[in-house]
Amino acid sequence: MEELQQVAGVDVFDFICLTSAFFPFFSQVSILLAIELIWNLCEVLFIDAAPAGSLLLHLLDWVRLHKADVDEKAKDVLQSDSPAEHHNYWDVVVSYVLQGRLEEARQMLVKQATLQPASRNMYKLMDSLLSKMPFYNPGGTQTLTEFDVKWRNWHEEVDRYLKDNTFASNRHLELICKILVGDEDTLLEQKELLSTWYHFLVTRLLYSHPTVKPTDLHYYAQSCLTMFLDSRSVQEPLDSILLAAFEFDIYLVIKDCSIVLNNWWFVAHLTDLLDHCKLLQSHNLNFGSNMREFLLLEYASGLFTHHSLWQCAVDYFDHCPELGRACLELQIERVPLDTERKALKVLRICEERQMSEQVRSICKIMAMRALRNNRLGSALSWSIRAKDAAFATLISERFLQDYCAKGTFSDLDLIDNLGPAMLLSDRLTFLGKYREFHKLYGEKRFKEAAKLLLSLMTAKIAPQSFWMTLLTDALPLLEQKEVIFSADQTYELMYCLEELTSSLDTEEDVEQTKVELLRLSLARNLAMAIIKEGTVET
Amino acid sequence: MESAKYVSQKISKTRWRPVSYSSLQQPDIFATGSWDNEENKVSVWSIGNLGSSGLEDGFEGDPQLICEQKHDGDVLDLQTMSICKHWARAHRYPSDNAPSTGVACNSPEIVTVGEDGRIIVFRADQEGVVRVIENADSSTLHAVTYLRTTEVLTVNSIGQLKLWDLRQQSNSPSQILSLSRDRVPLYCVDRHPNQQHIVATGGQDGMLCVWDVRQGNMPFSLMEAHSAEMWEVHFHPTNPDHLFTCSEDGSLLHWETSSPSEMPSFLQGGRNSNMTSRSAMAPAGGNQSIISAWLHGDSSKSRLETTHMLPSQTLSVNSLDVLGQCLVCGTDGEAIFVNRQVPV
Repeated sequence: MEELQQVAGVDVFDFICLTSAFFPFFSQVSILLAIELIWNLCEVLFIDAAPAGSLLLHLLDWVRLHKADVDEKAKDVLQSDSPAEHHNYWDVVVSYVLQGRLEEARQMLVKQATLQPASRNMYKLMDSLLSKMPFYNPGGTQTLTEFDVKWRNWHEEVDRYLKDNTFASNRHLELICKILVGDEDTLLEQKELLSTWYHFLVTRLLYSHPTVKPTDLHYYAQSCLTMFLDSRSVQEPLDSILLAAFEFDIYLVIKDCSIVLNNWWFVAHLTDLLDHCKLLQSHNLNFGSNMREFLLLEYASGLFTHHSLWQCAVDYFDHCPELGRACLELQIERVPLDTERKALKVLRICEERQMSEQVRSICKIMAMRALRNNRLGSALSWSIRAKDAAFATLISERFLQDYCAKGTFSDLDLIDNLGPAMLLSDRLTFLGKYREFHKLYGEKRFKEAAKLLLSLMTAKIAPQSFWMTLLTDALPLLEQKEVIFSADQTYELMYCLEELTSSLDTEEDVEQTKVELLRLSLARNLAMAIIKEGTVET
Repeated sequence: MESAKYVSQKISKTRWRPVSYSSLQQPDIFATGSWDNEENKVSVWSIGNLGSSGLEDGFEGDPQLICEQKHDGDVLDLQTMSICKHWARAHRYPSDNAPSTGVACNSPEIVTVGEDGRIIVFRADQEGVVRVIENADSSTLHAVTYLRTTEVLTVNSIGQLKLWDLRQQSNSPSQILSLSRDRVPLYCVDRHPNQQHIVATGGQDGMLCVWDVRQGNMPFSLMEAHSAEMWEVHFHPTNPDHLFTCSEDGSLLHWETSSPSEMPSFLQGGRNSNMTSRSAMAPAGGNQSIISAWLHGDSSKSRLETTHMLPSQTLSVNSLDVLGQCLVCGTDGEAIFVNRQVPV
């Protein structure tokens, strides 16, 4: 954080003054610093919910964390030859005092004290004042009231020294004394060193009301803001947000942040954190418990439009119990699928969440794309993944059409190796078996080929539209010298033929010549078969 | 020691720059390719030299970017060669460009495969394409590797391994192997560095299969590895008893096999004849053939240890590469992990 501030060279208050047109990266850093500021304050006020006493200590830490330029200046001063004569020396000392870092202030003052032996007593006195300032110890045995008493005593002592003009001869020490006493006008004069109204607020509280209660915080915050901003500067959005935080108005903080920041990231995470701390439910808004989900959904939906962060968005949807799943279902289908690998990752996300509708839809998209590009194997593999029987049927139809058109099968590597995928759809099974028939025929295993062919028709695996082709395929088997089809088988073939022609009677006539030829072949085969089966081997 | 570096881009591929075996150097330069960005890049990183051997173990050098180059489209595969060239639009559909999914190099020849089912051969010293095998596959070819100088092996979406002899002019594979069960898509393949007939594949169901290419249609062993797609499998180039796999489920596994006897596996040939006869698939060569520890069909005979290499579950580990004692992998969580003390 400190490094970031050093690099940026600015502190948070300047973030709106910079024009983002000139320093796009610069303003991003400033916004990040601002967000960090708000976040830390919310942690202190809402989550740690520090009571009076430790509240101030936390606020001190908060201011110190976000004002790191003091350390850089100090480094400069200390690294110079004569630190006490460095032009920033007193700035550093005063800054330390303003931040309540009295130990370090004392160490710096020692260097000045050695240079001015004449004023040694004054420096010693200041040193003792600084060392005696009481700080509340939350873990200790001291109660808040006891601490308050001690602190008042110390305060009175400092006041006495001031009234006695003890430090009048050294304006720097006088200034420090006035700060220690909590003089508002002096503090306001240190505007440049304080640079922000909330630093002013914390310093003022440190030196005038260290036991401030959380409920009283906003009075001081409002008055400090008014005092600090003169007529020239106007209240910035950041100031309103911080003010809302000091008023413990969580909803206002969230609302203002949503308006000011152009991105849901901060608000979504802050609300989520507050929800987990059960801080949002104490308010009586009818969408109170769902505000977290609303903001997370907004953020995640925004993420989904990002070309690569959509994968992160999935996790966010998972953590929204009511609407997350529905939103994810809608969004995941819109991820552009340029490569198969991306589609596979999207599918894995859907399958892990049992979003079967989306799986089917994505697989169908990929399969259609493959089909359009004539990648039948890819199309088949996508339909297998989706267990989409209808699409598998479509692909098989395509194959069969190709066969009818060209007379041979394309993509034999696929059809020959279908394996168990064949069972996905009837048409696919038919395709596999039909190819098997061709293979058997090619290997001259006619009897088996014949049996297979017949079973394709009788078991109704083949679609009726294809029966003509099958019967035509049977022709060469029927015309063989050797009887291949037995009599019973021939009867069944004839039955199939009759079934086919009778059903097609009303439509255009199937090529009559083919039918005639078939009837002739079947009759001849029947004759030969009967004779063969009736012959007794002698 | 493992170190992670967040690089604000999802990493799809990582590859070490090869170092010569004669030098005892550990690899120190690797390349990564990104994906899913509006502008993808191929970047080269250095993890700094480990210096002299006297350096203590804890040296963690963050990978430093050396240079980067814009890349159109997702980077789907990377190989290192000494020459750089650009062949555009090599893989295409009738109406559009098709993604090229895998590339293999055997200097100076380069073979690529793609979603269009084509195998394309280039030579580094020639401008145009040397040879195209059209319609090599009806589905997407996901990966390719060289088996011998003239043979390549491809894996596809319907679970087939196809062997191609590049000397032949025909456009069909010389051999096809596949599992007899469900034809799950295969996404990666790697060849055993010393024994060219042994390959390992991984696919959609996350199972690791080890095949003997001479043996016909069945893989030798099937091992359940991951709960989601396996993206890459690599044998260790010098210590092939070690195998590495990475997966969509966010894990990177280191497989270590050792033979039951104390003898190194390459000497086992004739001595353990009783072992070979008991295994389900006896190698064709009989007793004299060299049996690799990976080919024991029954995994109880050889010890197989698996260790998770990444500290915790991340988003998908898309790619890994291993050389010497160094392992590099890239994830969808926009991180690169480098481990310089892989126990091999």
